[in-house]
Amino acid sequence: MDTSGKTEVVLLACGSFNPITNMHLRLFELGKDYMNATGKYRVIKGIISPVGDAYKKKGLIPAHHRIIMAELATKNSHWLEVDTWESLQKEWVETVQVLRHHQEKLATGSCDHPQRSSELDRPGRKRKWDEQKQDASPKKPQEPKPTGVPRVKLLCGADLLESFSVPNLWKTEDITQIVANYGLICVTRAGSDAQKFIYESDVLWRHQNNIHLVDEWITNDISSTKIRRALRRGQSIRYLVPDLVQEYIEKHDLYNSESEERNVGVILAPLQRNVSQNKHSNPTA
Amino acid sequence: MKNRIPVVLLACGSFNPITNMHLRLFEVARDHLHQTGMYQVIEGIISPVNDSYGKKDLVASHHRVAMAQLALQTSDWIRVDPWESEQAQWIETVKVLRHHRSQLLKSSAQTEDPDPSKTPSASAALPELKLLCGADILKTFQTPNLWKEEHIQEIVEKFGLVCVSRSGHDPKGYILDSPILRQFQHNIHLAREPIQNEISATKIRKALGQGQSVKYLLPDAVITYIRDHGLYNNGSSWKGKGKIS
Repeated sequence: MDTSGKTEVVLLACGSFNPITNMHLRLFELGKDYMNATGKYRVIKGIISPVGDAYKKKGLIPAHHRIIMAELATKNSHWLEVDTWESLQKEWVETVQVLRHHQEKLATGSCDHPQRSSELDRPGRKRKWDEQKQDASPKKPQEPKPTGVPRVKLLCGADLLESFSVPNLWKTEDITQIVANYGLICVTRAGSDAQKFIYESDVLWRHQNNIHLVDEWITNDISSTKIRRALRRGQSIRYLVPDLVQEYIEKHDLYNSESEERNVGVILAPLQRNVSQNKHSNPTA
Repeated sequence: MKNRIPVVLLACGSFNPITNMHLRLFEVARDHLHQTGMYQVIEGIISPVNDSYGKKDLVASHHRVAMAQLALQTSDWIRVDPWESEQAQWIETVKVLRHHRSQLLKSSAQTEDPDPSKTPSASAALPELKLLCGADILKTFQTPNLWKEEHIQEIVEKFGLVCVSRSGHDPKGYILDSPILRQFQHNIHLAREPIQNEISATKIRKALGQGQSVKYLLPDAVITYIRDHGLYNNGSSWKGKGKIS
């Protein structure tokens, strides 16, 4: 298999993962299949980056639980891993900064070099949440070294794309940087409004070549909100989340009416930050 | 505490292959029946259809049974029963229901005392066997010649239906449109599944035929089995390079 000329891609998904569900995991599979099928890219890794507690979203449980659940969920995946950098920061970190952090890490070559295709067994090492050492794999690459540094792209669902229009949730310059410098892979239900949304935004329109819309033909609407609701009502969440995640949630009684009340009355971190920055900045242009 | 009626849920279908959505049907149905306060679901049975049903792309029943077994390895209340698939020819759903009810009768007769370690709130009464299905099945009752009228009646009158909603279907409407279903609507339980999860086996087969990932839509063990046995890999290649499997 000749991979020279293909751009290597790392898919990065940011989010609460409160909890992680089969839908989140599907995003990665769909994103990978899509990018690989273009013939121009080769997806070498997927990174799940749960948001830090300082995000202050309602119902957000402590990061260490969300990290562990994500690790359990990706235990038997050969290419997905969980990264704790974002969640370990004291303050909430903008998504563009998380992208930048991971891109810089790739540029300095401190991540595992890609070896074989995800179809084959790879006894790779996954970094556990309490170890943050860089992993220097002793294995030799099996394929000719592809050109350039792997590119990080933001993987998301249509809800994130559409959240760009929520006032003060995103900085305009951040959105621009995300689509101009990194790229978006947006998995949407077939026939959704994502294309219309891109059309109606000058910034997104200008960088549309860097926005990949992936059709999700098998509708799989397993939102974490609904999972938490089902748990509060004593309903089963089996087959909606990986078994290990379901067992962990049950064992630690993570989600109940109390947990859902966390951060009630607290302003979401990006809103807090962007509104106060707007107040203090000079209103030019 | 009032004793609940013990219930066994039976799902018939192709299970070609079994998916997380099939498995969800059981979970949703069980939650729904428990919520009524009247029932205690004690068992779930998956009964894959016989090969001679003649449905397009149906892989051999021993594969479908094996995949369902793998999918249910981690379930403590649902099991596969190959009886229907092992018969000489296709048999009507009502006969499958009758068979399993007589099996329940036999095993009940053998058990002197109800197992105390099992559900304490279930009475010693004979469990009721109910057909578990998606709302789309209710609609198929209207298809001419697909079901015998007397069978539909027997199913809803003597057994009962637990019907899990599916997008694009209006089960209440189907019930009101049919005199038989209307008459026995007290025996038709409509369970709502608010989490849209349209993992149709047809789409799964198509994805597999195109070499796309189906991970997290079916249990991993089932995916491995499909790969190891080369199932579902010659679907859409006809349009393309004419791959011979």
